[in-house]
Amino acid sequence: MATAVVDEADKRQSPLSDAVVVRFAGDSGDGMQLTGGQFTLSSALAGNDFATFPDFPAEIRAPQGTLFGVSAFQINFGSSAIDTAGDAPDVLVAMNPAALKTNVPSLKPGGLIIADEGEFNDRNLAKAKYDANPLDDGSLAKWQLLKLNISQLTMDAVKPFGLGNKEALRCKNMWTLGLALWMFDRDRQPLIDWLNGKFAKAPDLAAANIAALNAGHAYGETAELAGPLKQHHVDPAPVAPGLYRTLTGAEGIALGLVAGAQLAKLPMFFGGYPITPASAILHHLSRLKEYDVTTFQAEDEIAAICSAIGASYGGALGVTSSSGPGIALKGEAMGLAIMTELPLVIVNSQRGGPSTGLPTKTEQSDLYQAVYGRNGDSPMPVISARSPGDAFDCAIEAVRIAVQYMTPVMLLTDGYIANAAEPWAVPDLTTYEAFPVEFLTEVPDGGFKPYGRDDKLARPWVKPGTPGLLHRIGGIEKEVDTGHINYAPGNHQAMTDIRKNKIDGIKVPDQIVELGAEGGKLAVVGWGSTFGPIHQAVRRKRAEGLDVSHVHIRHIWPLPANLGELLKSFDKVIVPEMNTGQLKTVLRDQYLVDAKPVNKVSGQPFTIAEIEAAIEEALK
Amino acid sequence: MNQVTPITRATTLKDWETDQEVRWCPGCGDYAILKAVQRTMPEIGTAPENTVFISGIGCSSRFPYYMETYGFHTIHGRAPAFATGLKLANPNLDVWIVTGDGDGLSIGGNHTMHLIRRNLDCQIMLFNNEIYGLTKGQYSPTSRVGTTSPSTPYGSVDRPAQPAAFALGAGARFVARGFDVSKELPNVLKAAHAHKGAAFIEIFQNCIVYNKDVFEDFAAPKGAEDRQLWLKHGEPMLYAKGTKGIALDADELHLKTVDVVDGDWEAAGVIVHDVTNRSVAHMLVEMRFGEFPMALGVLYDDPRPTFEADVWRQNAAAREGKTADLQGLLKKGQTWTVTEGGPEL
Repeated sequence: MATAVVDEADKRQSPLSDAVVVRFAGDSGDGMQLTGGQFTLSSALAGNDFATFPDFPAEIRAPQGTLFGVSAFQINFGSSAIDTAGDAPDVLVAMNPAALKTNVPSLKPGGLIIADEGEFNDRNLAKAKYDANPLDDGSLAKWQLLKLNISQLTMDAVKPFGLGNKEALRCKNMWTLGLALWMFDRDRQPLIDWLNGKFAKAPDLAAANIAALNAGHAYGETAELAGPLKQHHVDPAPVAPGLYRTLTGAEGIALGLVAGAQLAKLPMFFGGYPITPASAILHHLSRLKEYDVTTFQAEDEIAAICSAIGASYGGALGVTSSSGPGIALKGEAMGLAIMTELPLVIVNSQRGGPSTGLPTKTEQSDLYQAVYGRNGDSPMPVISARSPGDAFDCAIEAVRIAVQYMTPVMLLTDGYIANAAEPWAVPDLTTYEAFPVEFLTEVPDGGFKPYGRDDKLARPWVKPGTPGLLHRIGGIEKEVDTGHINYAPGNHQAMTDIRKNKIDGIKVPDQIVELGAEGGKLAVVGWGSTFGPIHQAVRRKRAEGLDVSHVHIRHIWPLPANLGELLKSFDKVIVPEMNTGQLKTVLRDQYLVDAKPVNKVSGQPFTIAEIEAAIEEALK
Repeated sequence: MNQVTPITRATTLKDWETDQEVRWCPGCGDYAILKAVQRTMPEIGTAPENTVFISGIGCSSRFPYYMETYGFHTIHGRAPAFATGLKLANPNLDVWIVTGDGDGLSIGGNHTMHLIRRNLDCQIMLFNNEIYGLTKGQYSPTSRVGTTSPSTPYGSVDRPAQPAAFALGAGARFVARGFDVSKELPNVLKAAHAHKGAAFIEIFQNCIVYNKDVFEDFAAPKGAEDRQLWLKHGEPMLYAKGTKGIALDADELHLKTVDVVDGDWEAAGVIVHDVTNRSVAHMLVEMRFGEFPMALGVLYDDPRPTFEADVWRQNAAAREGKTADLQGLLKKGQTWTVTEGGPEL
């Protein structure tokens, strides 16, 4: 996303010309995520910019062929900047009737359906609750339909390798990928190399998968397809030279936390508890022990954050991570970290709520929880990542604020960012400024004050084990400077003010305008993963000549100092969010601006068209 | 920091006292426990700066404020989780957890269980007064059936938890018992400290306001020898000045009390206490007072590798031969280079 160097006023992309949206959909056992992931890599190697959206069921092994067992992977790739995974697919690959039924409604009119007719038998049609075979009854007339017996074609292709029926059919996704590679004029070799590596211990399986891949490719190349199948070349996007890789949000967070700890010159302690969609961060970090990382799978969410605070108390960078329900459980401990003024990073990979909600779907409905969700006056910095690559930088920023201001920091990401992949220009770490932590090791002039303050209002960080600086901390109100227990009215007022002033005083960069002018008719204000659709929609509307700007907020708390003035320089402000209006409320409260909500809580990201419609409505 | 190096220093009781005014009710058993700990620390020989007391919430959890060490008064029931993070971050620290029957077995029962099963090297002092003191006297998970309290005006009906049995069931490798004013308490604390791993100590503590003298039946000085069985490794389980002992009923497979005639405990079948015998430990923690004397002292002590040592060992093994090249890590996986001529692998 947004890696392409493009003119801001670039023209609207036309379908199947410089940007294409392809969705692979099948049963959760059909390997659609893997197919999508490999197609993504081939898009990267073709030099396209891209964004992806994996959408999979909450069930681990949903019953085969069912509507709720459908797993899909959407990719938008193009020769100019790609900001989202695309509104509506141009091409839908449906591996069974359930995949067709759940995905075809979003296909663009005139779009192409590639269906494996081998799977459209009575049993599967019944499971997908089709009365008649949609491939034959004309119900798909508004789209182009290509029926192929992919199952049979795959079986034929892998016959020489003597696999059982079940294993042979598992090569279907490679056959499909082969066809897709042909359709978009892609090189097969990287995939062949990858398969050889993946199945190094089972050369037969490697050979069968490669045969299926080649067969799919050859099918496109040689079959006389007078029908809808055409080869289509998408030119490389003009991206800046450099080294690139694909990056998911979970990887971005994990790598950013490691980088942050290194820049702070601290060992990292990560306490986590399994929860969707946050677990991937724990998985990544548990393999990075050589970077002075210790990971701890705690007995529950509360123990996860408490262990991280304990580690911070001991002089490590404590980090914990969860999703909405788990974050709720951590609330009391966050209060303790605020009271004891210890650094801590809390990552919240938001998902649909309330309660268990929609574990595998995305939402931005934890903003209130992040900013306000604790007992007492308990201010805490909140940062939100807009994309997987941005998550890397946000994680570093969260670590910096935590250690420089001795405070817990919440980093918001969401299910969409956590799972989505984008091309990422690998940064040069030497360009990041280090912020090494200095522990207090000796009694300073004027005596040791556990709750004394520096110019940032941060208290000293003292590691247990340090002679001469023995002291006690805890959750009961502290006396100014000494940190002793103190219930006096004036002291509580003073300490509450200090805690507030410390967080209010955190230096965050001034708010910039991502696209458009500072001031004008309309500002579209976003945060987090809505960056892509907002950015593209604003770009398109500006190309049409509308006076609209995109403002994207990274620092949710404290907000940038200039934000109020900036918002007041626009006639109107709309705030698209995947919740019922949480940032909108904060902006109204902080600046008395008439911010209008644009809300979506379907578990799916905004489409560009939805934001475009909201812009048109606002400018009416 | 791969090697744990005990930091020792000569100190006196005064070195372990803070300047803070102790704020327990006059006559509270906590005073006696505090003194016992402060008196024991110089004998243990660790350095105050290397010692951390971690507590949850409740009367007992005020404890860290009164120890001239590092201290962390955390949140209700969660002290074991803080201790785990701290000890993993710095295994050299001497960590003591102070908790109570409500803090450690009700709201924090989960964490107590997991800390014990993981075998984090620390001492857990659970002050059991069978009541919620700081919230003004509600019955607790260790209160006896029928306890009347503000929340149970007609008497409690639920059965109490048995802390020592709970700890052993959770996999504890060290279980001991003592009580607040006992002269033996320092010896129990020393044994707990000497044990490498999670050392669980149930300390009966008299709440003079809300549950006064609830342990008098065995703790009262008068006749104590008839009602207290102080266990010593390698010595027969004798009480009542050697006239009674604990033996195994081999037919029914449970413990029984026997009379010892003329000091011939062997003839009476009295068991010799072996702190490493887990089967007997299970029977000792279940021994009901009344029918039996109260089993006190070190009930079980058989160390196993500790959690933090295993974590550090695994971390070290995983780091062996690897360099922490973060720039290299960022480039790991499927990458491509974009040049003026386009992308390539």
